[in-house]
Amino acid sequence: MTQSVVVQVGQCGNQIGCCFWDLALREHAAVNQKGIYDEAISSFFRNVDTRVVGDGGSISKGKICSLKARAVLIDMEEGVVNEILQGPLRDVFDTKQLITDISGSGNNWAVGHKVFGSLYQDQILEKFRKSAEHCDCLQCFFIIHSMGGGTGSGLGTFLLKVLEDEFPEVYRFVTSIYPSGEDDVITSPYNSILAMKELNEHADCVLPIDNQSLFDIISKIDLMVNSGKLGTTVKPKSLVTSSSGALKKRHKKPFDAMNNIVANLLLNLTSSARFEGSLNMDLNEISMNLVPFPQLHYLVSSLTPLYTLTDVNIPPRRLDQMFSDAFSKDHQLLRADPKHSLYLACALMVRGNVQISDLRRNIERLKPSLQFVSWNQEGWKTSLCSVPPVGHSHSLLALANNTCVKPTFMELKERFMRLYKKKAHLHHYLQVEGMEESCFTEAVSSLSALIQEYDQLDATKNMPVQDLPRLSIAM
Amino acid sequence: MRMVSRLVRSLNRTEALVGVWRQGLAVLPRLVWNPWAQVILPPRPPKVLGLQVVFRGNTPSLWLSMSIVTVQLGQCGNQIGFEVFDALLSDSHSSQGLCSMRENEAYQASCKERFFSEEENGVPIARAVLVDMEPKVINQTLSKAAQSGQWKYGQHACFCQKQGSGNNWAYGYSVHGPRHEESIMNIIRKEVEKCDSFSGFFIIMSMAGGTGSGLGAFVTQNLEDQYSNSLKMNQIIWPYGTGEVIVQNYNSILTLSHLYRSSDALLLHENDAIHKICAKLMNIKQISFSDINQVLAHQLGSVFQPTYSAESSFHYRRNPLGIDRHVRPPLSGLPPLSKMSLNKDLHFNTSIANLVILRGKDVQSADVEGFKDPALYTSWLKPVNAFNVWKTQRAFSKYEKSAVLVSNSQFLVKPLDMIVGKAWNMFASKAYIHQYTKFGIEEEDFLDSFTSLEQVVASYCNL
Repeated sequence: MTQSVVVQVGQCGNQIGCCFWDLALREHAAVNQKGIYDEAISSFFRNVDTRVVGDGGSISKGKICSLKARAVLIDMEEGVVNEILQGPLRDVFDTKQLITDISGSGNNWAVGHKVFGSLYQDQILEKFRKSAEHCDCLQCFFIIHSMGGGTGSGLGTFLLKVLEDEFPEVYRFVTSIYPSGEDDVITSPYNSILAMKELNEHADCVLPIDNQSLFDIISKIDLMVNSGKLGTTVKPKSLVTSSSGALKKRHKKPFDAMNNIVANLLLNLTSSARFEGSLNMDLNEISMNLVPFPQLHYLVSSLTPLYTLTDVNIPPRRLDQMFSDAFSKDHQLLRADPKHSLYLACALMVRGNVQISDLRRNIERLKPSLQFVSWNQEGWKTSLCSVPPVGHSHSLLALANNTCVKPTFMELKERFMRLYKKKAHLHHYLQVEGMEESCFTEAVSSLSALIQEYDQLDATKNMPVQDLPRLSIAM
Repeated sequence: MRMVSRLVRSLNRTEALVGVWRQGLAVLPRLVWNPWAQVILPPRPPKVLGLQVVFRGNTPSLWLSMSIVTVQLGQCGNQIGFEVFDALLSDSHSSQGLCSMRENEAYQASCKERFFSEEENGVPIARAVLVDMEPKVINQTLSKAAQSGQWKYGQHACFCQKQGSGNNWAYGYSVHGPRHEESIMNIIRKEVEKCDSFSGFFIIMSMAGGTGSGLGAFVTQNLEDQYSNSLKMNQIIWPYGTGEVIVQNYNSILTLSHLYRSSDALLLHENDAIHKICAKLMNIKQISFSDINQVLAHQLGSVFQPTYSAESSFHYRRNPLGIDRHVRPPLSGLPPLSKMSLNKDLHFNTSIANLVILRGKDVQSADVEGFKDPALYTSWLKPVNAFNVWKTQRAFSKYEKSAVLVSNSQFLVKPLDMIVGKAWNMFASKAYIHQYTKFGIEEEDFLDSFTSLEQVVASYCNL
């Protein structure tokens, strides 16, 4: 089995990361009743004997002594990381795997990327090498960051190049929080576009998520829970936003619930690699199946269910409802309309007591309403993992490579152009050593090229699928 | 016998779904499942397999059976392999039905020798090598076998790595293959050496993934190089049409074209067909892969368990599928125009070879004349050369009587054509090709595969 390392960068990245580790511990505690350090846990955690000083403490088998997250925490401000280290998760993190500074990046991509990048390059490399050494077989780096700020956006994308050079065979999966329209950081379009260029070139797979979608999901859940319309109560642990029963106290911080959704996404993404099932799906299969061309690696995700009712019996119709929900806009983590755009590929990762016939029945049912690109008419990748997430009997994560990400990118580009035309705030960037206007123009053209690729694919929508003439063989 | 005539009519259908009736011990005849298997014998080059067998006496207890070593590759191969061994052993332990005790003992001994080796404490060990590039499935398979208490896998019969092939044929074939060639072939050799008289390999794999397909093709090639005189039969799982893996069509054409050069026989089972059996004939509501694999295992079991050969009715036959003749189309090209047959109006999928295996009650009186109709066969073959029937009175598993048809015919043309077509469409857009070229499979390799498979389709269409 392979291991993955989570790299959390910036305030957003670290807060999400914290929720992720919380939930990961909860999940493994529920599955692993005997407290034995097994391969599933080892994918994200090290087992350490804390009495041993230095690095010799790793234990590979036997009872769990003390779990340490395979994580690297990076932030150019101390606030968030310090809070994590003083909170209930402090023992989970290895204090040697942190990089912090005090001044912060001032919401400036250039500061994060150029200034802190060069300043901390060696340290960053050293921390990564250390994490890799602790792994038997490192398969993937999960980078969590936001696009709109300075550290997550700038330094977060700087890391990608470092990882690509140092560990070319290890996958780089990036979870990026895109700024919504009403973002309070004025320069977020600049930061995002500059970061996008790096994502285009150095990431294997990107899961774009926007805050507005997360917020909508929470509103929907609150509505369902509070309205009592259905007459049944919701299982508290089952809320995709909840952290009840976990180590963290219920702070009711503003982004807590939203971060939990993203944390659930990451857990479900890796579930089939960690746990057994009748049709496994490893992380390298995600990239293999969902990325038909290297540049088109942006995947729209949707998670169901968002909560479970206490009604224990799950008749097939409810199971089918789960599949329908995955394709509805309400459950998506990015505001987009995949049903009216073109699918290049789609993956369904199912957890829990769901069998192949349920999967096939639903694919047959949903297929007619979805448009797939001509060369991939049956482009489904499926996986069945036997272990359900905590609080649910089954769940579904749908990942779609769909041209519906184009409007998000186009909107981002528009917001960028509005600022750039007026040269607003540009001096903050240009005064950083290494930044020139060409950085901006290159970033925009990189994005434009990407948008054009999606355009070309969209143009093939609604065209009749023609079978191409085959090779003719002389007998 | 009604059963057999239905089998004959079934050749008429153009889909790969045929009903074969099994009568269980229950009063009402119960439709169970379809043991329709297709064998593609490669049209070129033809092989003559001379399997020399030494007879050691006539008494049943000393009858020799030639052993088969099974190689299970990838998640699919390992999950199915477990079910196959389980089915074989539980059949061997099931009641003897109408045959004599002596016959039953000979049957059991033959089955055991063929598929299992004996351990000191009496628990049979499957003659199998388990290969996978990541550990989860093998661990599960080993523990399920051990849990049964009836049989187990050998302690050192596994080869496992930490990271899977990522559904990438190129990774399975070009990276994992060469890297682990020596270790895997060593384990296989040890297993072969354990056999007193070794007959050949049974390789179980899927076409859609990365390990079963890519590494499977590589291993089969190696087996051809190192054991060219032994039979190599590949059990291939044809994936669901609506997709399990997005690049399954690429992986499939690469697998098939490579296996054509090194395998002696490709036994195909389509997931869609078995799924239909589970749904329509067995009425299973929520079909799991376990159900599908068990149906498959039953089919294979009823093909591979011992039978009497037609020539000498006292000994259980030695080689599992009797592939001891080669078939070659006439050099003249066009077949003769007239066909003498009683059923001119029916369009059959033309066959090169058909094998019917009957087990249980009334096998001696079964009427298999329908299979000798020349209309079933290509014009350049006489039915007597293309049709074979094996019988044994010993019933299979819990079925009072059963019949299996193994056929090499045009049945495969439609599914193969579909897969080649879809792969071709995808290839034209160059989608996913970068994932393969990254590991050394270039566009020319794809074109070679396409060419080779178009030839197969054309050959079968011309029958």
